[in-house]
Amino acid sequence: MTIPILQVENLVVTYTGRGGLSKKVIDNVSLELNAGETLSLVGESGSGKTTIGRAILGLAPVTEGSIKFRGDTISNISRSQRRKVARGIQVVFQDPYSSLNPSMTVEDILVEPMAAAGATGGRQRVRELLDSVGLPGDSGSRYPKEFSGGQRQRIAIARALALDPSVIICDEPTSALDVTTQARVLTLFKELQEKTGVAYLFISHDLGVVNSISNRIAVLYQGSVVEIGEANQVARAPRHDYTRSLQMAAPVADPKKQRERRAARLQFLAAENAAESPRGASAQL
Amino acid sequence: MSAEASMIETEAEVPAAGRSVLRRLLTNPQGITCIAFLLLVILFGVLSPLLAPYQPNQADLNAVNAQPFSEGHLFGADRAGRDILSQLMWGTNGTLQGSLLVLAIAVLLGVTTGLLSGFYRGKFEAVAGFITDLIMSLPSIVLLIALFALTGPNVMVAMAVFGVLVAPTYYRLVRSVVLSVRTELYIDAAKVVGLSDQRIIGRHVLWAVRAPVVIQSSFVAAAGIAIQAGVEFLGLGDPEQPSWGGILQNANSNIYNNRFGVLWPALLISLTILALVLLGNVLRDVLQSSAHNKTLKRSRRRALLNEAQSARTTSSPARSEEAFLSIRGLKVGYPDGPDHVRTVVHGVDLDVRRGEIHGLVGESGSGKSQMAFSTLGILPKEALILGGSIYLEGEDLLADDKALKNARGRRIGYIPQEPMSNLDPSFTIGAQLVYGLRAVKKISDKQAKAQLIALLTRVGIRNPENVMRLYPHEISGGMAQRVLICGAVAGDPDLIVADEPTTALDVTVQAEVLELLRELSTERGLAMILVTHNLGVVADLCDTVSVMKNGRIVERNDVESLFSDPKQDYTKVLLESSRSVELMEA
Repeated sequence: MTIPILQVENLVVTYTGRGGLSKKVIDNVSLELNAGETLSLVGESGSGKTTIGRAILGLAPVTEGSIKFRGDTISNISRSQRRKVARGIQVVFQDPYSSLNPSMTVEDILVEPMAAAGATGGRQRVRELLDSVGLPGDSGSRYPKEFSGGQRQRIAIARALALDPSVIICDEPTSALDVTTQARVLTLFKELQEKTGVAYLFISHDLGVVNSISNRIAVLYQGSVVEIGEANQVARAPRHDYTRSLQMAAPVADPKKQRERRAARLQFLAAENAAESPRGASAQL
Repeated sequence: MSAEASMIETEAEVPAAGRSVLRRLLTNPQGITCIAFLLLVILFGVLSPLLAPYQPNQADLNAVNAQPFSEGHLFGADRAGRDILSQLMWGTNGTLQGSLLVLAIAVLLGVTTGLLSGFYRGKFEAVAGFITDLIMSLPSIVLLIALFALTGPNVMVAMAVFGVLVAPTYYRLVRSVVLSVRTELYIDAAKVVGLSDQRIIGRHVLWAVRAPVVIQSSFVAAAGIAIQAGVEFLGLGDPEQPSWGGILQNANSNIYNNRFGVLWPALLISLTILALVLLGNVLRDVLQSSAHNKTLKRSRRRALLNEAQSARTTSSPARSEEAFLSIRGLKVGYPDGPDHVRTVVHGVDLDVRRGEIHGLVGESGSGKSQMAFSTLGILPKEALILGGSIYLEGEDLLADDKALKNARGRRIGYIPQEPMSNLDPSFTIGAQLVYGLRAVKKISDKQAKAQLIALLTRVGIRNPENVMRLYPHEISGGMAQRVLICGAVAGDPDLIVADEPTTALDVTVQAEVLELLRELSTERGLAMILVTHNLGVVADLCDTVSVMKNGRIVERNDVESLFSDPKQDYTKVLLESSRSVELMEA
């Protein structure tokens, strides 16, 4: 059994709001990401899925617990230590519009991580990166605004790949894209993983996307993991009621099947309500 | 919709920033005039040793109070016989140095503190904010006069102090820009990549504040010149050195002997200030507007609209008699340069029967939202309806503004995409709903409330009396969407236009809202246009589907046939893409 590349242990993230009231956004979450696999964090708004990603990246405060990368603790470390981690963990954000500086050329955007890490490679490396994400090699001299949403997301993926990381945190990377573009970008993610062996922590609210890309799925509800398991099992035979209600609520693009699913969902909710489970009540709104 | 519009915009070719800004500045008549004038003033000052006909304090007793245009003295001379033109030239350098000093000090202080407090916030921001408020509360001209007691006649010291006094304007400007930039994801990306704070500020943040600082500098330079002239006019300048304000003061005290003496310094000061202020305005237009002007000439716009209107009256295309809503040949365009219009909807037909839920599905830029907005008459102001008709029970809404106004809210209801931004944060839910309902129905406040409470209960809100008293920020997104659905059906419309009504919602809430829309449609026999990109939503709710691509409907069919037997390649691709990310079947 190999050691997981990324370990999140008993993570607690607390934000202090107005009047000193603190709010626990993440409550005692433990996760392990193995080298080369895709682990998805799925949940609805307020489930804390994005916060976990930001905590791993050092963008959200870790109140309790620890995050380890290749066995070394990376939570609450200094900026200079963080810079060393940067080579290993990278990110692709949701919004391809705000994640690329509009005033920089694509080449500048791709060179930036290498320059920060003191790595060399320059133009040759930029061409390789553009090529690996399926963009024309001469895109380097152009500005982000000359590209469509899907192409911009490819540039963001290229930036994440620049330092050959072993983990990429993908924070809703396809949510802002059209379905046809989304399908192509997901294929790209899979290809890159086969080629480079990078591990993804894939954060999404979209069960369809999650089911199709993951090896394992962790379902989050209000800052806690309610279920974690093999993708097949979580998608087909969810153990937790919340997972079941999530999977049943997602509509499928087939009117006949969707009619059956709808009926099944209403039946399930009725059964839950009859049992007066608190979960069923909160699913109402 | 806004995302869609920006998408269209961003996909257009836009030239690289730097050079085009300068070009646009120089091709703008106001810009080039101001720049030319200011360059002239600078040359006037810098070259004074070469160009000035006389030395700064050279007196010519034969020329005392010489009139303008007299020999050897183009602008005349003052009471000591000094040439006014030469004096103004010699005085220009002092003015330029003074305003440069103001700019340098204000920019250095204001921009750095603004950057630091915007980026790091915390204690630094609190202290800087306090000092800024303190400085801004000081009356600057009084302070500068008081300074005279300490430093004597030294305009440069006064200008340096003035620089400190105007620094807060930069501080506030820069801080507010930085506050909005620091939440951009590219700043987070730079942190993740391992960039140091210095480089993030230097590379990413400084760029964003560049344009506003340049614009502000033009105005601050103008203020600097005005203050400097003011200080000198009060006699607080160096009497040995000619200065614009000093010359003005001199001429002013001599106004009964030489009436025209005041004219020249006053003109020079006013024109220079005017040029700087106007340049600031031009800079704002050039730096903060999109790369090229997309407004259409007014005459062209009118011609296009008239054309559409006359086509409407002469030919009335066959509309479907049984359809409740019948759209024929709808064409929508957006200005793209003074003479060009880019068409985004190319003559689309659409029929919706009573009780039918018609799905309008497509990707961004397909024109599906434009269709919905046209039906509601809520297209953005610059949009043009280039042709076609929208018949609501046989009445053309596009031919008659009044018909459209009467239909909206009464016969057509609207459910928007973003529930939160469609509720006014400063009014309670109840106040907004009552106001909306009473705008379309002649009923009392009490009746409206009673009806709305019943309807809120119907859309699945428990405790409607309480919810009516809440403000939008106190309810969840799902509840807000229910409130908006309640508002849309309150006027008893026959048609609902829903623009991506569940896109902003969580999947479990989405399922609830879809369920609600289905029930309402059956109960009330509502016709519905459902605009969405999500084929799952279409499969769940719609009876008929129209697939849109690039402003045209490429395929239309009843929902089961379309999904089981798509005819067009595009529809097939769309279906495949959604299914490839579909749930694995149980």
